[in-house]
Amino acid sequence: MTSGAPTDTAAATPQRIGIPRETFPGEKRVATVPDVVTKLAKLGFGVVVETGAGELADLGDEAYREAGASIAGSATELWNSADIVFKVRAPTPDEVALMHEGQTLIGFIWPAQNPELMQQLAAKKVTVLSIDALPRTLSRAQKMDALTSMAGVSGYRAVVEAANAFGRFFNGQITAAGKVPPAKVFIAGAGVAGLAAIGAAASLGAIVRANDTRAEVADQVVSLGGEFVKVDYEEEGSGGGGYAKVMSEGFQAAQREMYAKQAREVDIIITTALIPGKPAPKLITAEMVKSMKPGSVIVDMAAEQGGNCELTVPGEAVVRHGVTIVGYTDLASRMARQSSTLYATNLFRLSEELCKTKDGVINVNMEDDAIRGLTVIKNGEITWPAPPLAAAPKPAPKPAAAPVAKKGHGEPSGPMPAGKLAIVAGVTAVLFALVGAYAPAEFLSHFTVFVLACFVGYMVVWNVKPALHTPLMSVTNAISSIIAIGALVQISPMANATERPNTLIVALAALALVLTAINMFGGFAVTQRMLAMFRK
Amino acid sequence: MSASLATVSYIGATILFILSLGGLSNQETSRRGNLFGMVGMALAVAATVFGPQVTAAGLPWIIGAMVVGGAIGLTAARKVQMTQMPELVALMHSMVGMAAVLVGYATYVDPEATKGFEGAAHTIHAMEIYIGIFIGAVTFSGSVIAFGKLSGRVGGKPMLLPGRHWMNLAGLLAVIYFGRLFLQAETLQDGMLPLFVMSAIALLFGIHMVMAIGGADMPVVVSMLNSYSGWAAAATGFMLSNDLLIVTGALVGSSGAILSYIMCNAMNRSFISVIAGGFGSTSAAPKAAGGAAAEPAGEVTPILAAETAEMLREAKNVIIVPGYGMAVAQAQHTVFEITRHLREKGVNVRFGIHPVAGRMPGHMNVLLAEAKVPYDIVFEMDELNEDFPDTDVTMVIGANDIVNPAAQEDPTSPIAGMPVLEVWKARTSIVMKRSMASGYAGVDNPLFYKDNNRMLFGDAKKMLDEVLVALKT
Repeated sequence: MTSGAPTDTAAATPQRIGIPRETFPGEKRVATVPDVVTKLAKLGFGVVVETGAGELADLGDEAYREAGASIAGSATELWNSADIVFKVRAPTPDEVALMHEGQTLIGFIWPAQNPELMQQLAAKKVTVLSIDALPRTLSRAQKMDALTSMAGVSGYRAVVEAANAFGRFFNGQITAAGKVPPAKVFIAGAGVAGLAAIGAAASLGAIVRANDTRAEVADQVVSLGGEFVKVDYEEEGSGGGGYAKVMSEGFQAAQREMYAKQAREVDIIITTALIPGKPAPKLITAEMVKSMKPGSVIVDMAAEQGGNCELTVPGEAVVRHGVTIVGYTDLASRMARQSSTLYATNLFRLSEELCKTKDGVINVNMEDDAIRGLTVIKNGEITWPAPPLAAAPKPAPKPAAAPVAKKGHGEPSGPMPAGKLAIVAGVTAVLFALVGAYAPAEFLSHFTVFVLACFVGYMVVWNVKPALHTPLMSVTNAISSIIAIGALVQISPMANATERPNTLIVALAALALVLTAINMFGGFAVTQRMLAMFRK
Repeated sequence: MSASLATVSYIGATILFILSLGGLSNQETSRRGNLFGMVGMALAVAATVFGPQVTAAGLPWIIGAMVVGGAIGLTAARKVQMTQMPELVALMHSMVGMAAVLVGYATYVDPEATKGFEGAAHTIHAMEIYIGIFIGAVTFSGSVIAFGKLSGRVGGKPMLLPGRHWMNLAGLLAVIYFGRLFLQAETLQDGMLPLFVMSAIALLFGIHMVMAIGGADMPVVVSMLNSYSGWAAAATGFMLSNDLLIVTGALVGSSGAILSYIMCNAMNRSFISVIAGGFGSTSAAPKAAGGAAAEPAGEVTPILAAETAEMLREAKNVIIVPGYGMAVAQAQHTVFEITRHLREKGVNVRFGIHPVAGRMPGHMNVLLAEAKVPYDIVFEMDELNEDFPDTDVTMVIGANDIVNPAAQEDPTSPIAGMPVLEVWKARTSIVMKRSMASGYAGVDNPLFYKDNNRMLFGDAKKMLDEVLVALKT
């Protein structure tokens, strides 16, 4: 298989997925974990793992071997033997050199930021799927959305880093040694990372506030235990694809004012504000840092794109004006085991999409919106950027569903509309008048009994619990075999009535009696059996 | 036994029947309620047998018929499986209907029964016979078809003949016309023909009516037939001038009518529209029109049994929503095993029952009771619908339309406005289904495409067994 057959010919031989060791300095993540190796094997793929690939994420070679992967002794061996390579970081020039024609590479490529790398990869005549190019608005793409899962991990880690640098409890406590006020945390940007940070900080017991230019996330902030802080300015900030957009000058002024106020009040600020393709907005000025209490912490999750804070040093934690400013750019990698597991699952879901036939051969189907978006190079041809989705599933304002009138059964329904009531009363009155005008007295007495019995039945049955509806039906069914009485009174042949066709009547009555007896005995017995089963 | 004594016994029986129905209002008193019913029935039969209208010559017939019928009934009651309850009940309704027809004919051919009726009284008596036989025949054929549909012998899809409402109307007019002929008939023989024709029309009418109704509407049909069997008994009571029959028939008739009403409410549909039949097909046109907007977007996320077990194990609050699929797969016992296992682990497991889940009112409750699920963790829709947002995992077992969010979100949906269990508000919902086929209403279910929904495909019983095994390891 080292020759690498083109991926979309129906080669019967299952393809091999290679997992190299990440070579980027400080990168601890790995592109698959042993649990997922088993699942990939079920799709028909073979898996090769470079020795030591998962070491920094606490995943030893042995674990991979047990899950069914084979271990390659060196990077060269791995890149040569794999048809598909799963990576986390974009490949280095050395790694690109190891690639061969027809190979498929999947990982974070960031094509916009790495035009040279794209050229090199294209020159190698390979196929590249960049997981960051996933059309995120496609709801079925969410299971493959590695940006989201990595952002979630980073958000959590940001809180942990903040707690580490912060010299106090997060939760308020009243102890014998005195009262401790809860920490106040402000989170700028309530995207995936921001929301994860809100959840983590709130569950540590801090008072959490958050802000986002997109007003619709306010509910999500509240649902995670945070408080949504509004900017005192009217403007809607939703850009395309679930990102925020650049806001107007007036808004930015109001926003700065709000941030300045928060900076004076809170102990910890976590910033997550990113605008795609642009440097991160500078939200926290040097002035604001100065105004913060000594010992406060800022975690700048946008450090890699320049940082939301003016004083951030990307990749480092520094102390400025008594405030610790954490600018780590590898938050996800700092929780390598967790982020590797999530990333591996995202790639597994992608593999499922690529290999719907489950025969271990991928098919890069350019008709599929999600896969089209991901594919940045197809057999050496640069296909990035993908055309915008034909029918962007924009959340059209849904017509408000008609309010559902909830009518509980067992409860009296509302009063009938007056018009309807009048009609019913009128019809009833006419019918009763007809009966009264023509019917003989004897019939009327029966009729009285009948009408009253209907009402008694109505009153009695209305109280029956829905859980007992089946027994109720079977018992009323048994009771309706009272019709046996009708058969009983006819079954006796009458000797003195000569005109009476005794045989016929007896036959009819006897048959009716058999039927009702089945019903009578069967109905009561089965009800008994059912009711005996109801237990507390 | 004197006539007065028999009448007093009848009053006693009436009271016992009322107490019997009243006793069923909750689980504690329900068994006593059933006992009251039996005693009442025994009293009524005994009073009649020893009463003035039965002579010694009739006794062998009575004993013979009772023994044969009783034996068949008891055997059936013992053998029937709880999942087959709807069929059994439908079949039993047909017997009451048939008995009403037979008694009606017997009364008509019996000159003793009409003796002493003159003028209006005679007309009314004839009308009672005519109406009694009509209701009986409709009940009979309708119940037989309902039985066939419920037991799978007849297809569940509604059969819609062209111009069916006109056919029904024509049938009704014919019945009225022959009723006129019947009332004018001078002799027994003259009256026989209209009576036979009417019976035939009534039988066809019953068949046609139930054939046109889809499987999801069966709870309404079963309770409606229950009501009819009561009215048939009441009509027989008028025919024979017997107050006991009238009262009991009216009790049963009104109880069935109320149940039908409750079922219709639960589906947010009028009684007329259910009886007119053809759910999902009559509304096909509006559905197609709104089709583009209503088409759920996205893709379903399948899940494995082991992953389901994992999610259940980690949940604090679980709500299980059973549907007809659970009954078909006979999965209620496994459901209970899973419930017990989770409850021992401290997971709060509850059941949410939609009023029309299954094929007859209260169907799910009976199945869960059979599997020994304690009834205090089984809740009605209204009791726990507001708890879904606090629920970690909702398991939907073989239900579809009753958990369809389109009922609330899409005003063009054929089931718009029907109250549904809001399972999608739980953190995660797991739907167990055999395939992606739509429910009886023929409506696609956007729930399956929601982000927090997972699909566990396969036979409910088999999948739940796997979940249970995974839970225990």
